[in-house]
Amino acid sequence: MNKKGTLLRQAAAYPHIVWSLLFIIAPLIFVAYYAFTDKEGNFTFDNISAMAEPSYLEVFLRSLCFAFLATVICLVIAYPVAYFISKTSPKMQKILIMLVTLPQWLNFLIRTYSWMALLEDTGIINSLLVSIGLDPIHMINTPFAVILGMVYNFLPYMIIPLHSVMAKIDVRLLEAASDLGCNQFQVMTRVVLPLSKSGIISGITMVFVPSISTFYISQKLGGGNFDLIGDTIERQFQTAYNYNLGAAMSFVLMILIIISMAVMNKYSDDDGGVIV
Amino acid sequence: MNEKKILEPEGATPLANGTVNTPKKIVQLKNVAKSFDGEVVLDHINLDVHEKEFMTLLGPSGCGKSTTLRIIAGFVTPDTGDVMFEDVKINDVPAHKRHVNTVFQKYALFPHLNVYENIAFALRLNKVSEEEIYERVEEMLAMVNLKGFEKRDVNLLSGGQQQRVAIARALINKPKVLLLDEPLGALDLKLRKDMQNELKNMQRKTGITFIYVTHDQEEALSMSDTVVVMANGKIQQIGTPTDIYNEPENAFVADFIGESNIIDGIMLDDYRVRFSGHEFECLDKGFDKNEAVDVVVRPEDVDVVAPEKGMLTGEVTSVTFKGVHYEIIVNINNFKWMIQSTDYVSPNQTIGIYIEPDAIHIMKKSEFSNMFGDYSSFSDELDKLSDTTEEEE
Repeated sequence: MNKKGTLLRQAAAYPHIVWSLLFIIAPLIFVAYYAFTDKEGNFTFDNISAMAEPSYLEVFLRSLCFAFLATVICLVIAYPVAYFISKTSPKMQKILIMLVTLPQWLNFLIRTYSWMALLEDTGIINSLLVSIGLDPIHMINTPFAVILGMVYNFLPYMIIPLHSVMAKIDVRLLEAASDLGCNQFQVMTRVVLPLSKSGIISGITMVFVPSISTFYISQKLGGGNFDLIGDTIERQFQTAYNYNLGAAMSFVLMILIIISMAVMNKYSDDDGGVIV
Repeated sequence: MNEKKILEPEGATPLANGTVNTPKKIVQLKNVAKSFDGEVVLDHINLDVHEKEFMTLLGPSGCGKSTTLRIIAGFVTPDTGDVMFEDVKINDVPAHKRHVNTVFQKYALFPHLNVYENIAFALRLNKVSEEEIYERVEEMLAMVNLKGFEKRDVNLLSGGQQQRVAIARALINKPKVLLLDEPLGALDLKLRKDMQNELKNMQRKTGITFIYVTHDQEEALSMSDTVVVMANGKIQQIGTPTDIYNEPENAFVADFIGESNIIDGIMLDDYRVRFSGHEFECLDKGFDKNEAVDVVVRPEDVDVVAPEKGMLTGEVTSVTFKGVHYEIIVNINNFKWMIQSTDYVSPNQTIGIYIEPDAIHIMKKSEFSNMFGDYSSFSDELDKLSDTTEEEE
């Protein structure tokens, strides 16, 4: 490659560098600045230590718990679905993957409102139950509804990385496994599972991170009874106007996510391929 | 070698260990047919594989040889016909319950396991004790000359080493039949020759029946007890390597195995055949009077003589030095003959050729007549290209 080519290639990176500086690096610096200063701009740890308060701790713990559950449920649902899709013809795979992402074409708010309509005490599901002579079930404003909302919204982010790894597994490896004596179940546990590990790890990452920082789902489907970190942060900025505390919470959340990712990376050892 | 040719009576009882005169049939295909998307891949084939036999399925890509192997392995279910293993029908037995193991094309080693774990794979499924696993893996590693490679990453091994791991992995469970699907296809020539010898030795030592798929005729001839030549989903000929070479059944076999001049001829009478405007003495009989036949003459069986002494004469169109011999293309009555001779002749020279009666082989006309055997458009390169194309799924 000559000098001109190298220059051109460098030039091609500039828009991205500018973008990163403006919209990623700078906001991060602002977050850190607000997190460690008070309203007058003096350096302080007060914002961080404020989070030791039991009410905040509870919110953090609940967020972790909900995100963990949503991730596990997504994995359990997505794994067989992704495997099934990867076993169909290449043309069928394209169609099925499109169907998986189809709900994402609708606006996030509309999807969440739709779930409200479905889950409400007098909503569509309960009307159906009553009409066939069953008792209505209280679903809206429960942890169940919040986690359901998370699973529904983030499931595609689990299916897609899993599918892309599974589609690459050589069929001959599966044949070799059954040739050597594996039944269907053993083929899964001994070959497919270890070979799809990197997909599992990136799927978990891509579901866990948005789940732990989500805010709208919990307000609409949880009826405000189950505040998550995202909601608390939002309130600091939108209603309490306490930018410093909001920034501190964001900062702690970020640290929490980085730690989670580091733990994941440790388990993924050599070929994890995790996007942090 | 010769006992393979003998047709034993149905259900012949094998003699217990050692001196087996009539080897037991271990795998049988009875009238097996298979189509993929309406395309016939196997057209009602019958095949008997005997104990301790080294059988090779030989043919160009798309001939159905890999499908045959996959039917025996249990990856493909035949549309019609029976697959028998030790006289028991196994059509519905899944692959993991069959007493056969496979060495796959391109090896199919498990990338997430090291050499030791790849070989131990089958044993780990059966709750074999750790000591026994160690013992048997080490035994296998010794057999394939890979001692000391236990902890290696299989993805970083050379083709030849991966090949050895694949063989060890397939043999550790002591299968009764080992299926090999073009196992040497990805290796270079030198390594391939070495592995051919090693495989043959391994087969003799272990006494395991090998069913070997290849498109390489030389490999088939040098390794096998029995060669099965396949084309268009049908078996064209089953026989020992010498039979296949010396007594090809039809023009396809004659052309596919080695080089052949295949000429249209008329069988005048027993032991008398006419081709290229000349009458020849031969050793074949039993054809109708004046029956049209295909005549095969191998290039190495043609003697170059002075024009006035020749049975046929023609003009040399090209001469290629091949090391052991010269490859001479001669135009005789507008049919290009290939002759292999250690004597040099120059292009455009007129030469005579002389053919001994035992060098002439007569075949019945078949669907393959007039498709092969003329060297007018001969090209080594094209030949190789068409031979090495990927095998069908």
